[in-house]
Amino acid sequence: MSEQPRDAWTSTPVIWLRSILPWLVGGVLAFALYRYGMWSESNQGSRLAMPIFHFKILSLIGINAIMAVSLNVVNGYTGQFSLGHVGFMAIGGYVSGAMTYYGSMILWQSTAIHGELFGGGDFLFLGALLCGGLVAALAGYVVGLPSLRLRGDYLAIVTLGFGEIVRLILTLTRPIKKTAEEVSQAGLLSITHNANGSWALDGWMISVGGALGFDGIPKYTNLFWIYLLCFATIIFCYRLKQSVLGKAFVSIREDEVAAEAMGVPTTRYKVLAFVIAAFFGGVGGGLFAHEVGILISPPEMNFLKSVDYVIMVVLGGMGSISGAVLAAIALTILPELLRDLSWIPFLPKALHDVSDYRLIIYALILICVMIMRPQGLMGIKEIWEVRPALWLRAKLARKEKSP
Amino acid sequence: MTKFLQTSIDGLAVGSLYALIALGYTMVYGTLKFINFSHASVFMLGAWFSLGVARLLGWGQTGAEVPIYAALVVLLATMTICGALGFAIERLAYKPLRSAPRLNVLITAIGIAMLIDNTAALEKKAEIAGYTIPIGFGTRPQRMPSLFQDKAVAEIAGVNIQFVDIVVVISAVVLMAGLQLLVFGTKLGAAMRAVSEDTRAAALMGIPVDRVISITFVVGTMLAAAAGFLFAAKYPGLNQPAAANWALLGLKAFVAAVVGGIGNIRGAVVGGILIGMIELFGAAYLFTQLRDVYVFVILIAVLLVRPTGLFPSGAVNKV
Repeated sequence: MSEQPRDAWTSTPVIWLRSILPWLVGGVLAFALYRYGMWSESNQGSRLAMPIFHFKILSLIGINAIMAVSLNVVNGYTGQFSLGHVGFMAIGGYVSGAMTYYGSMILWQSTAIHGELFGGGDFLFLGALLCGGLVAALAGYVVGLPSLRLRGDYLAIVTLGFGEIVRLILTLTRPIKKTAEEVSQAGLLSITHNANGSWALDGWMISVGGALGFDGIPKYTNLFWIYLLCFATIIFCYRLKQSVLGKAFVSIREDEVAAEAMGVPTTRYKVLAFVIAAFFGGVGGGLFAHEVGILISPPEMNFLKSVDYVIMVVLGGMGSISGAVLAAIALTILPELLRDLSWIPFLPKALHDVSDYRLIIYALILICVMIMRPQGLMGIKEIWEVRPALWLRAKLARKEKSP
Repeated sequence: MTKFLQTSIDGLAVGSLYALIALGYTMVYGTLKFINFSHASVFMLGAWFSLGVARLLGWGQTGAEVPIYAALVVLLATMTICGALGFAIERLAYKPLRSAPRLNVLITAIGIAMLIDNTAALEKKAEIAGYTIPIGFGTRPQRMPSLFQDKAVAEIAGVNIQFVDIVVVISAVVLMAGLQLLVFGTKLGAAMRAVSEDTRAAALMGIPVDRVISITFVVGTMLAAAAGFLFAAKYPGLNQPAAANWALLGLKAFVAAVVGGIGNIRGAVVGGILIGMIELFGAAYLFTQLRDVYVFVILIAVLLVRPTGLFPSGAVNKV
């Protein structure tokens, strides 16, 4: 055993700094964005302010990036094809939504936001997000188990079926308890046996609104939490990709038999990939449920939304984190840009209003990209590994050496 | 007993519709090896085109004389239109992707589905040479004109057997028999089976692979169109083209194909009828609201016990 050589990059304080630095930068950036959003909202007349509508899109981009990057762990790194990511999103959203809704009803007798940023309400919110993620991860374990037996398209179908089952079961839940009395009467879960022989379930756990959606969740999500957690997801997934575990995931994607022969426990790692993706998917769902102006409802959580996230992963390039983020940004903005084309210079006025055709144009763009660039925008590379970035880095390095 | 018989008849009718759609899924999977997500959209177009054709020929008004051959005309017209559309889809979208990863083909199929659904839901009208031609079917649900008599034909043990149910089941059986004949009785069918078994070897043997794949795709599309027509005849209240229930119906038919063993023609038929029966019996005897859940639970159960479906596609009967 030889002692590892120690230089400036591997000394203990530098390692600590390297672990903490992304958080410092990301947290400060997210906080700055959040403050800028608040300032913009109160100073709409100012030239420096952005319209509120743009902040809505910014929040959606953050949530979609969390979903796409987490799905990338299963679809991109491990090469398993999951079509049920929205199932985890729904589970996370409903679990955390129920916790904050009934939690604030019990603690503060109302569903209004309690306290400022880092006030009492935010701790309830973060706890609820964590629980939503954990329950979703548990569901991910259950869904990951069939991947022991199934491969490729069959796994896709099972995950699709899982997403549909979650959605259909959510439509059967009971109406929300509205008043403080109702809430205090109902327990966590109660089973009553009616006189006519039928059984009835009730309680906080299953009173989440049924097919109409879960209305009245306190709206704790803001740009700070979205981008902090988005940052956390990206960092986690990036470090995962660099780690031994991530290399093992990629080896399963490249050749499962060879990976098994090299001693990679393929089945365990496939389930683990599902659990990781499901956890972050659940957290993303929690953020989505607490977002202002969004009503989380079963019809919205259909498999087309899962397909949206798969499209983001494939469009960005399988396994590329920056690709997934870029695709999430592009695919969130694109439908909004297509509402009105007056931003394109020299376009005839007659072609400005295409809002009726926007989904058609979106579909056409998707088909064309898939035919013309099958490997996705980034391929398997990250944004700092593509040719222009490499060229720039080489140039900078030469400049450093030359004097 | 009455309930049991009624449920069986409904299950058989719905199941044969699923079987017809499942055949398209299974044939495309056999030759092109991908889940054709645009199939449900073609099925939707089949239903809406039959409504459009029936209206165009003046059979939509109340009190209008509906000739005996009306249904056949509408069915053939719908199958022709959708078949031509299927040919165009295959040539323009899937052929350039022959050597691309399967995930890309899958996403292209989803893109095609979005394209079809949203185009069909357009509410625009174009004026060409003095005629107003509607583009798309609009965003409102509409009612399919009735092309059959609405009366019960027979009564067995207190159960009315509707004429429509008989038409649905008989048409489905005829179409499936025709497909069976095509695949196992003709030279073209032999070529289809060869392509599905080993595309490269089939090409080396001199089979025009691209043409065979095109024909397979068109046949599958036409079956979906026929299923669309029969669906519109059985359930005349058509949802708007971009509604989610079309995709759900397509998914259930796809489940039928998987349960039967994807790539296997007979498996798709058995799977379709099985899924129809399970759905309707579950709805009638257990919880009605859970009728879609049963289908997916059965899917997962079957895949866990027999990952290749009930009838794994052997080398012989794979298409």
